[in-house]
Amino acid sequence: MTDKTVKDTPSGKQDKKFDLRHIFEGSYSTLLPLLAIFTGLVIGAIVIAATDATVIAAWQNFFQAPGAALAATWTSIAVAYGALFGGSLGSPAEIFAGIQTYFSTGDSAAFMKAIYPITESLVTATPYIFAGLAVAVGFRCGLFNIGAEGQFFMGALGSVFVGYSFSSLPAIIHLPLALLGGIAAGALWGAVPGYLKAKFGAHEVVNTIMMNWIGFRLSDWLLNGPMKSPGFRPVTRNIAEAAELPHFFPDPLRLNWGFILALLVAWLIYWLLFKTTIGFEIRTVGANPDAAKYAGVNIVRNFVLAMVISGGLAGLSGASQVLGVDHWVGQGFSAGYGFDAIAIALLGKSHPLGVVLSALLFGVLRGGATRMQSLAGIPVDIISIIQGLVIVFVAAPDIIRWLYRIRPAEKHALQSRG
Amino acid sequence: MMNTKTTLQSDDMRPRIVWGIVLIAVGLLVLFLFAFSTEAGQVTRFGLNEAKADAFVIPDLVLPSQATTYAMALVLIAVGAFQMARGVKSNSALVTVLAFCFVMAFLVWAARDKSFSLVGMLSSSFVRATPIALAALCGVISERAGVTNIGIEGTMLFAAQVSVIVGTTTGSLWLALLSAILTGGLIAALHAFLVIKFKVDQIISGTAVNILGAGTTSFISSRFLEKNIDALNNSGTFPAISIPLLSKIPVLGPVLFDNTPIVYLTMILVVILHIVLFYTPWGLRTRAVGEHPKAADTLGVNVFLTRYVNVIVGGMFAGIGGAYFTIGSVGRFDEIMTAGKGFIGLAAMIFGKWTPIGAYTSSLIFGFADSLQVKLQILQVGIPPEFLLMAPYIVTMIVLTGVVGKAVAPAADGVAYEK
Repeated sequence: MTDKTVKDTPSGKQDKKFDLRHIFEGSYSTLLPLLAIFTGLVIGAIVIAATDATVIAAWQNFFQAPGAALAATWTSIAVAYGALFGGSLGSPAEIFAGIQTYFSTGDSAAFMKAIYPITESLVTATPYIFAGLAVAVGFRCGLFNIGAEGQFFMGALGSVFVGYSFSSLPAIIHLPLALLGGIAAGALWGAVPGYLKAKFGAHEVVNTIMMNWIGFRLSDWLLNGPMKSPGFRPVTRNIAEAAELPHFFPDPLRLNWGFILALLVAWLIYWLLFKTTIGFEIRTVGANPDAAKYAGVNIVRNFVLAMVISGGLAGLSGASQVLGVDHWVGQGFSAGYGFDAIAIALLGKSHPLGVVLSALLFGVLRGGATRMQSLAGIPVDIISIIQGLVIVFVAAPDIIRWLYRIRPAEKHALQSRG
Repeated sequence: MMNTKTTLQSDDMRPRIVWGIVLIAVGLLVLFLFAFSTEAGQVTRFGLNEAKADAFVIPDLVLPSQATTYAMALVLIAVGAFQMARGVKSNSALVTVLAFCFVMAFLVWAARDKSFSLVGMLSSSFVRATPIALAALCGVISERAGVTNIGIEGTMLFAAQVSVIVGTTTGSLWLALLSAILTGGLIAALHAFLVIKFKVDQIISGTAVNILGAGTTSFISSRFLEKNIDALNNSGTFPAISIPLLSKIPVLGPVLFDNTPIVYLTMILVVILHIVLFYTPWGLRTRAVGEHPKAADTLGVNVFLTRYVNVIVGGMFAGIGGAYFTIGSVGRFDEIMTAGKGFIGLAAMIFGKWTPIGAYTSSLIFGFADSLQVKLQILQVGIPPEFLLMAPYIVTMIVLTGVVGKAVAPAADGVAYEK
């Protein structure tokens, strides 16, 4: 009711009073995702506290000791999120001390130890950037690529195959070849649903899901058969050293050139989508396929092209993980990257910059979750809960508006999905 | 007149020739793969009795391996040739012949010189088809009203977990089943609320439900269930109920009438949903809302209410599907135990052309493929079971292209309705 009365006042300009909502409206499109993340984290905190035995016990004595209940709740959340962000970002003081030690004694060990958490977060973010871009390119063309998961796995298998098949190639040839192997396998996995959508109108959502399962079964067979390394476990052999994405720092730091490559590819996709005719056509098809058709845009070609690019990016995502971090592939390798990618693309509003930022966020969350599990005993799955909530809030901005009493702004196209 | 006829014929020509070629090709495949590798004198023994059936023991079906595989190949080639020459009207008849001959030849070949319990496999097909069928029915009822629900997987996980906890703490499996139904309905209500009230993209909302389902159940599982298995995660399972007399019928008895309650319930629900959807006012309204909500609205049908009810009832079906995984089969909850059955259910729904009976039949095919691959691992034939497991997905994709039997979704499927 109140919202309506506010809206009904003739114009916002008459309302000269300083109002937070003015600031909110100005940066509306950035504000919404931030509030979505914030709300997701708050609900995550509630879940953490509500499932903590100590907190529950303290609340049972709320009327005797209300302070203790609140303190227990606060401790529970602080310990969990402290471990989460400490585990993913490290401590600035330690990093600073590490730099000082390096300059005074030349010993870099302390510095390396201090930056380990944040580099791990970047390592985790790397495949997310590629995979998020993959889903985003699909969205821009009006296609929902749920198959990033399977394309990721296929890309990993393609690159690991190239990676271990040659033993004496120089790195300058072997590494690009292995990356291409990943791109090609992923692109193939994306091209099939794209072609079927363009040619027969078969729904890409169902077909990409089917391709996921075909991919998982195929990988089961490959890992137990033709690609199996000698031994009992269903894993591939290690790739040749020449195919590895070089690391920046000595072990155990795993930050590698894959991260730089991801940023470059994000820029490339930005350029492709917004500065070239190809990108313009893809976006036109996404915004309104019928209009695009009448304007003479080849719909079939663009659907296939978008899915090939999307699949290729997802494949590259798998390749970056194999060549930069794992160096081999086993069953269950994909572990939800494709589904995280959907959240990342939505949160980033299918814009390459947004995708990079949300991928970094999820890198931080996923990176720190392991430490949170070992330190505070909070299962890593809390991140999936937060992620699911963020998707809901980003997709249903009205909930966020209602929660924070934000006036509805001009209609923004959140994403182009036909 | 003549002209019309020739154009009609040439329109019919292509699929006719394609079908003929496919049939003959499969016939040749059977000939080369199976028939040629059998030897004269080999027999395949199909067991038609379950161990405990004692009333009527019928003799096992013993087939000469070589003659049977050759016969199947010849039937395929003959039907293919007839199809190319004259053409058969019904595509589904062709599919039936194709599937029957191929599977028969394959089984006879795979189990040559061995015995093979046909009844055991058919009965496990029905069991394995159950969660797929419930997911498919959930899809049918929601999509007929124009709401796509790809969150079935997540819904089933929620229901599976709640039912095992309720079952273990109360000790009542029926209460557990009820709680699963309510949970399914609740989660579907969330999906319905998001897509109907807030007009959230239906695929995105479904994806969110899936992520939330996997995340929440895994979270609760590792935080509570793993530590307190006896107190929270050990519900026991429904025992199989043999229906008197009917379960003594040879072959059909053990397959159809000696099952757990959830399997029976699924069969009953298929029939009920079929009647409701096609013979009641509610079904008519549902279909109208799914095909043309504007027209339905004009005629006074409450589009939003219809959609809410259908999606929530669909969620209840998925809830039963979730309960199958825990109280219906193993009696405990494991993380991500649905293993994609919700998505396969969607495939079965499409394959069954959005009808309850079609969806159930397709689920049986998926269930059959599933139990067949288990059997193949035991029989140790050279074919990797993974390829057999891939077949249903590939078939679904082929069906979606519309080349083999058109599958058309309800016209307003997945589109939010703006009043």
